[in-house]
Amino acid sequence: MTTPNLTETAMQRDRAVTIYEKSKEGRRAAHLPAAGVPEPPLDELIPWNLLRDDSPRLPEIAEPEIVRHYNRLSRRNFDLDTGFYPLGSCTMKHNPRLNERVAALSGHARLHPAQEPRRAQGALELMWLLQESLAEICGLPHVSLQPSAGSHGELAGLLLTRAFHADRGETRPKVLTPDTAHGTNPASVTMAGYEVVKVATDEDGGVEMDDLRDKVSDEVACLMLTNPNTLGLFDENIAEIASVIHEVGGTLYYDGANLNAIMGHSRPGDMGFDIVHVNLHKSFSQPHGGGGPGAGPIVVSDRIEPFLPRPQVVRREGTNGSRQPFFDLDIDRPKSIGRLRGFQGNFGVFVRSYAYILSLGADGLAEASETAVLNANYLKARLAEGRAGEHLPVAFDRHAMHEFVLSGAPMKKKLGVKTLDLAKRLLDFGFHPPTVYFPLLVDEALMIEPTETETKESLDGFAQAIEEILAEAEGDPDIAREAPYTTPVRRLDEVAATRRPRIRQPLG
Amino acid sequence: MLDAIGVGSTAELFDQIPADLRLGRALDLPDGMTEAEVFERLAALAERNVHADREITFLGAGMYDHYVPAIVDAITQRSEFLTPYTPYQPEISQGGLQVMFEFQTAMSELTGLPVSNAGLYEGPSSVASAAYLAMAATGRKRFVVSRGLHPHSRETLATYSEGYGSTVAEVGLDGGVTDAAALALAADGETAAVFLQNPNFLGAVEDIEALGAAATEHGALVIVAVDPMTLGVLKPPGDSGADVAVGEGQPLGNRLDFGGPSYGFFCATPDHIRRMPGRIAGETTDADGRRGFVLALQTREQHIRREKATHNICTAQALNALAGMVHLAWLGREGFRELGELLVRRTAYARDRLAAVDGVELLHDAPVAREFAVTLDAPVAEVLDQAAERGIAAGYPLAREYPEYENGLLVAITERRSKEDIDLLAETLEAAVRLLATGDRRQVPA
Repeated sequence: MTTPNLTETAMQRDRAVTIYEKSKEGRRAAHLPAAGVPEPPLDELIPWNLLRDDSPRLPEIAEPEIVRHYNRLSRRNFDLDTGFYPLGSCTMKHNPRLNERVAALSGHARLHPAQEPRRAQGALELMWLLQESLAEICGLPHVSLQPSAGSHGELAGLLLTRAFHADRGETRPKVLTPDTAHGTNPASVTMAGYEVVKVATDEDGGVEMDDLRDKVSDEVACLMLTNPNTLGLFDENIAEIASVIHEVGGTLYYDGANLNAIMGHSRPGDMGFDIVHVNLHKSFSQPHGGGGPGAGPIVVSDRIEPFLPRPQVVRREGTNGSRQPFFDLDIDRPKSIGRLRGFQGNFGVFVRSYAYILSLGADGLAEASETAVLNANYLKARLAEGRAGEHLPVAFDRHAMHEFVLSGAPMKKKLGVKTLDLAKRLLDFGFHPPTVYFPLLVDEALMIEPTETETKESLDGFAQAIEEILAEAEGDPDIAREAPYTTPVRRLDEVAATRRPRIRQPLG
Repeated sequence: MLDAIGVGSTAELFDQIPADLRLGRALDLPDGMTEAEVFERLAALAERNVHADREITFLGAGMYDHYVPAIVDAITQRSEFLTPYTPYQPEISQGGLQVMFEFQTAMSELTGLPVSNAGLYEGPSSVASAAYLAMAATGRKRFVVSRGLHPHSRETLATYSEGYGSTVAEVGLDGGVTDAAALALAADGETAAVFLQNPNFLGAVEDIEALGAAATEHGALVIVAVDPMTLGVLKPPGDSGADVAVGEGQPLGNRLDFGGPSYGFFCATPDHIRRMPGRIAGETTDADGRRGFVLALQTREQHIRREKATHNICTAQALNALAGMVHLAWLGREGFRELGELLVRRTAYARDRLAAVDGVELLHDAPVAREFAVTLDAPVAEVLDQAAERGIAAGYPLAREYPEYENGLLVAITERRSKEDIDLLAETLEAAVRLLATGDRRQVPA
């Protein structure tokens, strides 16, 4: 007989059961309308050899149990509405519910994407207004809203670069990315048919200028940069970097993941960038949805504009004496790289982000960035005190922008507690951990981005939790090493899940 | 807070931005607005769109006006699903990870292919992602596409091909379906994959098994774009020799939203599991032996593999895939098949009903499942205007993408289009074509 585990929480006792395991033959939720038309056997309409033999084994379950199932699953998620979520580079700011309400209006949600532009003027005008807003925020004149996320925008930007050079009769095989770059950057470079060349980081956390000069040549198509970079530091040499790249005829690409730091304060276009992607699901409050949807509009300079994807939303002056402008989808773009996806992009995301921009306005956006930077620097200062200051030193000791990176290397050495252990112990304290082990050049990295929508109290609470965890680890490092204890499941075997992947439910 | 930081003002923190790169003025945007004002402004814009509650729509062409059950909204609007990030900390993301696992199981069942990912952006870019897998699997860089593949998918594949360094050859249609003889000629030993769609863009049900044989013979992959709503009745691609099935997930659980957000799905045979794009949830156990779920096979992904990743995707469309899963659970095994049958029968009725109208001919007579194409004896744009006046979006004018079908009209059927709606469409088209054919451009009497 096994001893009952008295420390197991109620949710831990409630083991995972899939919806397929709850299925019972004959149960159902949906009732469909009667056909109302003749109902011949299906094989009189479609040849039998093109028809399916058996129905797919979907669950058979009534509506109340479906609702319970997914509500129960939802409680096994931590979410931004529940607590602090300082996931660096991800900009987990509050998602205003107004945005959900306006996105759900029938005029938006029930509008067919192939509707004639004449009968979709409100939607096209909204897209045009969002384009104009992003152009102003980024300091570049032209926008395509089409890319579905940041990485899609990166691919678009690289294909634009390829088209731009091809138009000048040039073939350039290389793209430069700093060693601090998001993983999506090098992955996009390969998909766009280029070779990645890494550029080193200097002792101030910026691009190592000598290394950059060594690596630029007329073989370089583009430099992809995040500024402030993934260390949360603004690269003060950006104007010089831009001129180095432009002198050899390359384009400068701005990864907009960190745009939240500088809205209304500084603009990528003014820094010399040619192509920018904007993560509407970061800076512009689209909820992350547990991994999307997002949108990754691209904002570009005049010389890149001819190559933008199609269709492009345009504003035409009224014809036949009408003063009313007409918003249209322009497909007549001979130099365009073409489509990146179906229809016009993630319109529902555009509605939410435009509502956000309207809500904040010019001053509000600048204030959002100011508060994001203030919050990051305050939390950085709090974490420079006490045990955190001793065990988790900041990787680059300068004022940060909207995020900062600590190194858990001393903690690992002195306490035998890794960054991963600290992250897992934070779960027991009700916090989402920071981004860990990124950027790669910082040993045992913790990347912390509080965002502007957190209060001083929540920042203090987080700093206090780190202090307590470190104090506890000084006494008994195993507490952190074996954490978490209170979550729906404890530390999971990720290696087994990859070595012997079980990625679907076996069905009888 | 400033004291703790050791600065006199927040502005000092921005000193790291060189002075000449600071904007030094307010953004040229309107002032902020109250919540009520923003609502009114957005509602006024929405008001200027003719949406599917305001007219009877027969528009499809890749996105369809299906009824989405109320529980989809209730579940997807829960904070716990709406507001987390990608599940990088599995211990506090079991809900989202289990949804992915259930979704993968469902898509695998629908397509008849054992390996599914947790979703991609949407349909056409999923087609282009399948091409990337095919290049890695075969070491070849030539694609053959059917003209029945959605024009947005063909164009997206062409766009991505500039980066892939691949070429794309197109095979035409014959009698509404892919020209089998031309496909057999086009597929060769250099071909990485053949791309088909079922039902194809003209609504015709293709014989995937017969068409795919020409590709398989040369070691090329068979990649099929499918409409998930038809998979309760049509033979699944996995049973028809397909190596990869992809598609647009919008019909399952997602709103029209003027084209997005929705989700793409991506399923394959087991030999491609380590070449798959996107997130994949896998089952495992925790330190105490409890069942749990994690992101599996992450060594394929950009955050680990960087330039050697199988794809660059990071943020995808998890919430939209959840909507699809809840819709599928609501339909259930029987309901999903019944819905497929309903679509096939109403579509057959609609096609016969329209074919009986003077001035309307079938564009092809291949079998159809949920959408079909006709040709009008009058300018299609004007017919559509006349129908719109009567509150009907009569369909998609094929000439937008297929100049060879000058007055072609693609008509989509969902369970929301009743027999009465279909009869009204037929009467409207009949009246419009008659008036326009006699040169009378007056409005059709209501």
